[in-house]
Amino acid sequence: MWRTVSMPRLPERGGHRREPILSHAVWVYRDALRRRLMPTPVGDRLYRTVTAACAATIPIVLVLLTVVVLRAAWPALHMRAGELVVGTTWEVTRSQFGALPAVVGTVLSSLIAVAIAAPLALGVAIFAADLGPRALREPVAFLVNLLAAIPSVVYGLWGVFVLIPFLRGTVMPVLAPLGTAIPLLSGPAYGPSLLAAGLVLAIMVLPFIAGISREVLLAVPHAQREAALALGATPWEVVRDAVLPAARSGLVGGIMLGLGRALGETIAVAMVIGNRHAMPHSLFDPAYSVAALLANEFAEASGDEHLSALMAVAALLLVVTLTVNLMARWLVRRVATP
Amino acid sequence: MTVLTWSAAAVAVTPLLLMLAQLLVNGVGQLTPTFFMRMPVPPGVRGGGVANAIVGSMLLVAIAITVAVPVGIGAGLYLAEHRRARFANMVRLLADVLSGLPTIVLGIFIWELVVRPSGHFSAWAGGMALALVVLPLVARATEEMVRLVPVSLSEAALALGFSRWRTAFTVVLRTAMPGILTAVLIAVARAAGEAAPLLFTAFGNPFWSTDPSRPIAALPLQIYTYAQSPYDEWRAQAWASALLLLVLVALISAGARAVVRTRARLLTSVRPRAGRDHA
Repeated sequence: MWRTVSMPRLPERGGHRREPILSHAVWVYRDALRRRLMPTPVGDRLYRTVTAACAATIPIVLVLLTVVVLRAAWPALHMRAGELVVGTTWEVTRSQFGALPAVVGTVLSSLIAVAIAAPLALGVAIFAADLGPRALREPVAFLVNLLAAIPSVVYGLWGVFVLIPFLRGTVMPVLAPLGTAIPLLSGPAYGPSLLAAGLVLAIMVLPFIAGISREVLLAVPHAQREAALALGATPWEVVRDAVLPAARSGLVGGIMLGLGRALGETIAVAMVIGNRHAMPHSLFDPAYSVAALLANEFAEASGDEHLSALMAVAALLLVVTLTVNLMARWLVRRVATP
Repeated sequence: MTVLTWSAAAVAVTPLLLMLAQLLVNGVGQLTPTFFMRMPVPPGVRGGGVANAIVGSMLLVAIAITVAVPVGIGAGLYLAEHRRARFANMVRLLADVLSGLPTIVLGIFIWELVVRPSGHFSAWAGGMALALVVLPLVARATEEMVRLVPVSLSEAALALGFSRWRTAFTVVLRTAMPGILTAVLIAVARAAGEAAPLLFTAFGNPFWSTDPSRPIAALPLQIYTYAQSPYDEWRAQAWASALLLLVLVALISAGARAVVRTRARLLTSVRPRAGRDHA
């Protein structure tokens, strides 16, 4: 690749080999000969090594990150893994570290967020890729993308001073009468709650899902749309029958990326979820999230036990988000190869 | 269905407009010269500002950029030049994964790696945590930009007898520079707004400090503290700081766009050919 500009690519392992093996042997020989006669300049070798080292920092950081966090979490994982996952009491003074409420709060708030954001984001993506008026597509995509540029702490601020008073004063009292019939809507209206966290997270992940989905939709070949149009499909039928099926796995990937964001979102959630170590029974209950737990307790961790338990919680968060992100990227890449 | 997508777009844009309006209403009255020039004051005292947080944020971002940008550009060059190599594919995937990880975990990582051994919070640690946020962004964006540089340009340089590294630096990087600069500015905007990775690294500091080996204040941390306080003065300052942060982010992004626009004309004279490999 470096020394011989014109050399054809060797067949990849597992790839289809059409060309005879012999001609490649000739190429390999000729390449070796050329290497002897025209050695790569020192500068080029240095350049290649340095850029490769730069590229290598990214996997190294990820591996180191996983190793360091898991090692710090080891005492807790070793001693009290069961309690961490199924225990429901988190009391530092009695050295009880049950993180189940935080885990449940994280998962529920993220699912609420994705359930709200995904349909909206798909709508925005379809609008900005296919169905919207041409003049509006870019501006809408730009505006929605702006949501991603707003810092997390500003979302938190807005949640605390605008969304929560609105929920407490208007939404919760209106929905409260339904609480007797629907247990999800029961309980006193504190304000900071699972619902507040879910709503703030929904706004925060919307631009991510919309952005990836739009990219994926735009990657679907134009010929496919034209073929459907030629068969007499309406614009919506084109999207439904020709575009969405081709983009499906990428769209799922985009939604999973949004889920990954929501699971790990810290500051905004810590400000609006209520930070209460208890299992939430309704949308109005204050709850906790793993990331918020870390944000609130990590800097003031008392003693090794507490610290190690927090590290174990962080390791859990890391492993889950790592998995979700890997799967999501893999799905997106299947559709839109960069 | 078209109507549905219209309403989805409308619903998605509404919170943005609402937030911007409320930030302006609640924050703009507080943005006085005092706010920029003075130090924080205890609750109950009128006046006071966030001068230390502004300087702290600038220092933290500067550290992050100095660490991450050279490495990111190097990685981006590698990724663009070894497009289909297995290792490059893996790095690309992992860079995307790294940029999707919760930033608080990055903060914990740096805490364990830097803060715990050294025994105290510091701006160095905060800058490192932000560098991890910035690194994958810069690497991926550099790759995209380098790929847009027409192969014919670097081939011309090579044909004239330039070595690979000189071609990379004097032809490829120089042509891609406006795009890379944009990417760096966007990364700066992102880093400037992060609070989670700073909680256990830079930690925040109510006093004036420019010493990178000591804890340091940052705008997002200040907003976080102020917004959760029960004091009206602090809450008002939180709004103002948030507005300031957003204005800074917007200015940086606008700067990035301006850079692209002025240099775009240069690039359009040599149109990239699609589908060509760089090697």
